[in-house]
Amino acid sequence: MADSGMLSGWEMVVGLEVHTELLTATKLFCGCANEFGAEPNTNVCPVCLGLPGSLPVLNQAAVDLAVRIGVALHASVGPSLFHRKNYFYPDMPKDYQISQYDEPICSNGWLEPPGHPRVGIVRAHLEEDTGKTSHMGGDGRIHGAERSLVDYNRAGVPLVEIVSAPDIWSSGQARAYVSELRAILIAIGASDGRMEEGSLRVDANVSVMRKGATSLGTRCEIKNLNSLRSLGRAIDYEARRQVDLLNSGGVVEQETRHWNESTGRTASMRSKEEAFDYRYFPDPDLVPLDPGEDWVDRVRLNMAPLPADRRAALEAAVGEDASSAIAGQIATVVELGLDGLVTAAISEGVKARLAVARAANEAAAAADAARSLDAGRFVQLLKMEDSAQLSASQTKAVLAELLAGAEGSPEEVAARLGLGSMDSAVLDAALDAVIQAHPEEWERFRGGDNKVIGFLVGQVMRSTQGKADGKAVRAGLASRI
Amino acid sequence: MNQALEIAKAVRAGERLASEVLEEHLDRIAAADGALHCFLEVSQDQARAQAARIDAAVVAGEDPGPLAGVPVALKDNFCTKGVPTTCASRILRGWVPPYDATVVGRLRAAGAVMVGKTNMDEFAMGSSTEHSAEGPTRNPYDTDRVPGGSSGGSAAAVAARLAPLALGSDTGGSIRQPAALCGVVGVKPTYGLVSRYGLVAFASSLDQIGPFATSVRDAAATLEVIAGADPADSTCLERQAPSLVAVVDQGVQGMRVGLAKELIDGASPEVRKAVEAAADALASAGAVVEEVSVEACRWGLSAYYLIAPAEASSNLARYDGVRYGLRMPAADVEAMNTATRSAGFGDEVKRRIMLGTFALSAGYYDAYYGQAQRVRTLVLEAFAAAYGSFDVLLGATAPATAFQLGAKMADPMQMYLSDVFTIPSNLAGHPAMSVPWGVGADGLPIGVQVLAPALGEEAMFRVAAAIEEASPPLAAPELVPSEVPHGR
Ligand SMILES: [Zn+2]
Repeated sequence: MADSGMLSGWEMVVGLEVHTELLTATKLFCGCANEFGAEPNTNVCPVCLGLPGSLPVLNQAAVDLAVRIGVALHASVGPSLFHRKNYFYPDMPKDYQISQYDEPICSNGWLEPPGHPRVGIVRAHLEEDTGKTSHMGGDGRIHGAERSLVDYNRAGVPLVEIVSAPDIWSSGQARAYVSELRAILIAIGASDGRMEEGSLRVDANVSVMRKGATSLGTRCEIKNLNSLRSLGRAIDYEARRQVDLLNSGGVVEQETRHWNESTGRTASMRSKEEAFDYRYFPDPDLVPLDPGEDWVDRVRLNMAPLPADRRAALEAAVGEDASSAIAGQIATVVELGLDGLVTAAISEGVKARLAVARAANEAAAAADAARSLDAGRFVQLLKMEDSAQLSASQTKAVLAELLAGAEGSPEEVAARLGLGSMDSAVLDAALDAVIQAHPEEWERFRGGDNKVIGFLVGQVMRSTQGKADGKAVRAGLASRI
Repeated sequence: MNQALEIAKAVRAGERLASEVLEEHLDRIAAADGALHCFLEVSQDQARAQAARIDAAVVAGEDPGPLAGVPVALKDNFCTKGVPTTCASRILRGWVPPYDATVVGRLRAAGAVMVGKTNMDEFAMGSSTEHSAEGPTRNPYDTDRVPGGSSGGSAAAVAARLAPLALGSDTGGSIRQPAALCGVVGVKPTYGLVSRYGLVAFASSLDQIGPFATSVRDAAATLEVIAGADPADSTCLERQAPSLVAVVDQGVQGMRVGLAKELIDGASPEVRKAVEAAADALASAGAVVEEVSVEACRWGLSAYYLIAPAEASSNLARYDGVRYGLRMPAADVEAMNTATRSAGFGDEVKRRIMLGTFALSAGYYDAYYGQAQRVRTLVLEAFAAAYGSFDVLLGATAPATAFQLGAKMADPMQMYLSDVFTIPSNLAGHPAMSVPWGVGADGLPIGVQVLAPALGEEAMFRVAAAIEEASPPLAAPELVPSEVPHGR
C-alpha cells in the first residue's frame, strides 16, 4: 500500500478492537428498552442502575446475535463465562462492568476485506455498555469540570467486542476491515453500524517495527475513532509519530492515546502510574453460558447471505458488464444493503450498469430510506429511464421524491413534478427559439467550437424548465448544423 | 408452640383479626425494643394497611394465604419498597428502595404483615450485630450479651416474641449462629432454593435467605412460602418450593445421621454435650447415628475469608456517592468517592473490602482467590463422601453460648471463629439449620446444627423436628420493659 511507503524502513502493525451495540429490543441484563436518543434516564430500572439487591438476567436475544457474529466471522462459538471487570467510574452503575474475560463466546475466526489480505479474529465477546457522562464547564473532560451529568439509558446496552489479530499492515487495510465488518454486522441484523452515533466504535492498537523484524514493537491504543476517515488518518499519524520517535532515539511508551479530529493528532490520555488492575473474577450472579451446538447450527442455517456472497451474486448478475469501476459501486451497494433493489431491476430487464449506478449513487445518498423502498417502484422507475421515458436527471429527481416518502407510482410522481419526455414538436420549437436568440453562439457551434454546446444546451433546458432530455437536445442541435 | 401457624389459622378462620395481632406485637415492640434494639425501622403504617387488607379479605370470604396476619420482621438488607433499607450502614442511611425483594412480595402474597426492618452487622459482615452503624442489638436472654450475627436483630426479635417470624440472610452462618445464641430455629436453605433478588449482596455465591421462627414447623411453613424459581435471579433453581410442613411429623425411623467430628471439635463442653444429647435422642427415635469425619471442613474458615471478602469488595463498589446514599463533598469525583466510602463504611466493612481487593489483585489471584475456590471444591467432595453414608449430619451451630458485648470487638479473628461450624455449608451451597437444645450453665440457649446435602431440606426438617420434640424446654426470655419506648 502507498501509505506504508511513507514509513521508509519501517512497517506498521495494527490490531483493531471494534465495539458494536447489538440491535436487541432490550438491554443485556434487564428488560429496559435498548434505544438511542430517549430522554435521559428514562430507560432505566433497578438492574441497569445497579441498585442494591438487583441481579442481572442474561438476554437470550443478545446471545443469539453474538452467535450470529461468531458464525459470520468463521469463529468457534462455545461455552463462555461472564466476569466482572472492576474499576470506579461514575457512568458505570455497579462500578464493575460485566464482560467476558478468558472464556469469550466466540474465538479464532477470520475476515477477508475485499482486495486486502485476510485478518484473523482473536475473539468476540459479550459485555454491557456504560452510561454516558456529560462534563459541564472546564474543557469537557472529567478533570476540571464544574459538574457532570450522567445518563444511564446506555448503561447495560449489549455490546460485542470484536478483537482482531495484529494482522493489519496499512490504514487502507484497516479501513477495508472495518468497512467489511460493518457490512457483515448490518447484514446479519446484529448492528445498525452507525459510527457517528457510537453504535459502532473502533479502538486501534498501533505499533511499528523495522522491515523484516520478527518481534512487534510497543503498541499504543488509540481511542475516539468515530469514522472510517478518522481511523485511517489516526493510524497513519500514529505510525508516523512512533517512527519519528524511534528514529530520533526515543522510546514508545505503551499507553492509551486520544485522536483529535480537528488537529489530526493523537495525544496521551492517561499516565502509566494509573494503570488499572481490573481484578477480573467470574460473576457469581450469572451462570456459565453455553449456547450449544444445536443453537449454533440453527443460526448457521438461518444466516442471511453475507456481503462477500452478495457481492459475488451481484457481479454474476451484472455479468460481462462487470469492470473494476463497477466493482466499487457493487461494494457500496452491498455495504449499504441495497442489492435487493439492484437484483430486482436486473431480473426485470433493466440494464445492469444503470441499476448499479442508480443504487450506488442516488439511492445510497439516502440509504436508510432506500433500504425500505419497495423494489417494485424502484424497478418501474428505472424501466422508465431505460426506455427514455425519463431523462437521467428526471429519473434522479423522481427517485429523490420516492426516497423522501412521496406516495404513488413513479409515473404519478413524475407527472406531479411535471416531468416526462417532451413532445418532439415542443422540443423543436424550443431549439429553434434558442438558436434564433443566440446567433453568435450558434455560428461558433456550427464552426466546430464544441465548447459552446454546454451553453446552448443550458439555454434549452432553461426555457423548458429542465423537462427536455439532455441527449435529445444535443442530438437536435447537431441535426440542425 | 407454632406461633405463626396458629395466628394464621385463627386469622383465616375469622377467629382473630390480623389488625389485633399486629397491635399486640407493636405494643410488645414499643415496650421491649428500647432495651433490645432489634429494629432499625418499625413500619407500622404499612403494617396496619396490610393487616386491614387481610381482615377485609377474610370478611370477603377470600383466603389471604398460609401466613395470613402473621407479623414478620425483615433484616435490613432486604429491599422494601417505600421503607428505608440501610444494611445498618451510614453509607445507605435513609435510602428508600423503589422495589421489593422477591421474598418480600412472596410473604405479602401469603398474607404476612411486615412490621419492620431489623438490626444487623453492617452489610451482614459480623457475628454479633455489634458492627451496626446504629448500635448493637442485645440478647433477650441477657442484655449484656450479644444476640449473634449478622442477623442478630431478626433472631432477637423472634426470641423476644416481638414477631413470630423473621427473615435473615446467611453468608457464613448469619442466620444459624444468632438463632443458636437466641434460642430460636434458624434455617439456611440450599443455595438457589430462595431467590436473592432484592437481597443486598454481601458475597453473592454464598448469600442465602432463610427464616427464623420459634418452631421447626413455623420455619418450614415460611420456607415453603419464600422458596421456588424466580426469573429475576439467574442462580435461583428452577424448581417448586418443597413440601416441608407435610413431612416434619414423619419421624426419623431408619434415617442415617452422621455426628460430624469437625463440627463439634472446638466447641465448649456444654455445647458438645448438647449435640451428643440430641444425637442420643435421634437414636432413641429410631435413627442410626454414627460418628463421621468431614476433614475438609477444617479449611473452610480460611477459604471463606478469601471468597466472601473478594466478592464483597466488588459488590460494595457501587456505594460511591454518585447515585444514592451518602455523598461527602469533595473537589472531584475520585476524591468524592474516597471521602464518601471513608466516612460511610465501618471498620469491619473496610477490613473486608481491603482483604478482598487484595485477594483478587493481579499476581495474587491464583494464590488466594483461586486457591480458596479449590478448597471449596474439596469441602464439596468431603460432604459428598459423607452423604454417601448419611442422610444428614449433626454438629454444633456455634462454639459456645452468647458472649458479652464488646468481648470480641478488638480481635477480628476470635469473632470470625464464631462461624467455624456454619461456614462449610455455605461453601458447599448445602442446607443447614439450627434448632435450640436447652441452655448452658449461664442460662443461655444452645443450638444444635442439622446439615443436609443440596435440596435435602425434607430430611433436614424431619430430623430438626425430632430434635425439637426431644429437646429440654426453653422458656421465652423475660423482657425488661425499656425506659425509652421505641418505634412509636
Ligand atoms: Zn434496566
